[in-house]
Amino acid sequence: MSETKRIDVRGLSCPQPVLCVQKELQNSEIKTLEVLVDTGTSRENIRRFATNMGCRVQIEEEGDQTVIKIER
Amino acid sequence: MKAISNLLSSRMGPVIAGIFIGSLAVILVILGNPGNMGICAACFVRDTSGALGLHRAAAVQYIRPEIIGFLLGSFVAALTFKEFKPRAGSSPVIRFFLGFFAMIGALVFLGCPWRAILRLSAGDLNAIVGIIGLVAGIYVGILFLKNGFSLGRNQSANKFSGLIMPAVMTVLLILLVLSPKFGRDATQQPIGPIFISTTGPGSMYAPLIFSLLVGLIVGFLAQRTRFCTVGAFRDVLLIKDFHLFNGLLAFFVSALIFNFIFGKINIGFANQPIAHSDGIWNFLGMSLSGLAYTLAGGCPGRQIFLSGEGDGDASIFVLGMFIGAAFSHNFNLASSPAGASIYGPYAVIAGLAFCLIIGIFMKDKR
Repeated sequence: MSETKRIDVRGLSCPQPVLCVQKELQNSEIKTLEVLVDTGTSRENIRRFATNMGCRVQIEEEGDQTVIKIER
Repeated sequence: MKAISNLLSSRMGPVIAGIFIGSLAVILVILGNPGNMGICAACFVRDTSGALGLHRAAAVQYIRPEIIGFLLGSFVAALTFKEFKPRAGSSPVIRFFLGFFAMIGALVFLGCPWRAILRLSAGDLNAIVGIIGLVAGIYVGILFLKNGFSLGRNQSANKFSGLIMPAVMTVLLILLVLSPKFGRDATQQPIGPIFISTTGPGSMYAPLIFSLLVGLIVGFLAQRTRFCTVGAFRDVLLIKDFHLFNGLLAFFVSALIFNFIFGKINIGFANQPIAHSDGIWNFLGMSLSGLAYTLAGGCPGRQIFLSGEGDGDASIFVLGMFIGAAFSHNFNLASSPAGASIYGPYAVIAGLAFCLIIGIFMKDKR
């Protein structure tokens, strides 16, 4: 139940990054989802989507990359 | 600066952008832009295409400063907030033809989604048919997205590649200000390009400085708030997110209020400015546009703003719009106030077929 998964949505057009997150969150096995993003738009859209789903969202900068940590 | 940035990134962001865009669009009409065409990404790219002589429809030729401002405003915002990230490589040729056909569809309806909202806000009921068509096109696009549709990932690119479109817009601005005439007629008298219409919609424009300023403000706000008329409908239908839709609503309401204040409201189907009442082709023209925009990831305005951020694929879409506009007028595809043209409907069907094939067969390989 304590599974962490990382997905990479860099380079995808709207709204595919959010759809990727939606698909992963439908998988009940995942407790923490880490999402690698590359644009401000994806970051905001995913944060808003996950927050609306009732998840806890944390944004971390890893070098020049942004990782969104979604916990439920 | 940080406070403004946070506000624009918040839930209020698209609403603020919508209020500005709706009110400024009506003011542009008051100051000289064509009726219900304060802002139209499709019409203005078409006019610019004509000014360069890519098509010779004499009534619709003018380098529109609003388009230049959109891209440069977004460029400035992206630079200011460290979001200028040159990138490219996500099915460029397909995006070119999505832009090409989106423009053909828009010119069969006579407007982009922005103008559809502006037309409705001034009482043009034909816009309702167009907007229903737009939503139908977006809905089909959503079905493809749910089924795994993707044009693939872009890659980060050299800084220089992101500077091309801002440079092109700067050159267009210089060409507009100087309005040189490169061509010569049979008697060696200078004629355009640069062409500027003397009659028709192309001859109607607000003062250059004002148009440019509005374009810059809208470009800046839209880049920060991710304002997108197609994303607005898409996100409601796809993930029940009203974030962008609230911006669209604010855009409509502010245009409605300003049209009311300035006495510009005329409710009905007939005799609307630069519009026709051919319902089937209003519907299908916008369906084609809506589908093409959804497959490309955003409305024509959004494609211009993304180009300002350095998105080379969005830039290719915009270039496709320029060529689509040229073909629309050279091949007699664009509608007139009398209705759809002889060949426009065939082009819409061809465009729909193209988009359906792309929608069915393009999937992310991963």
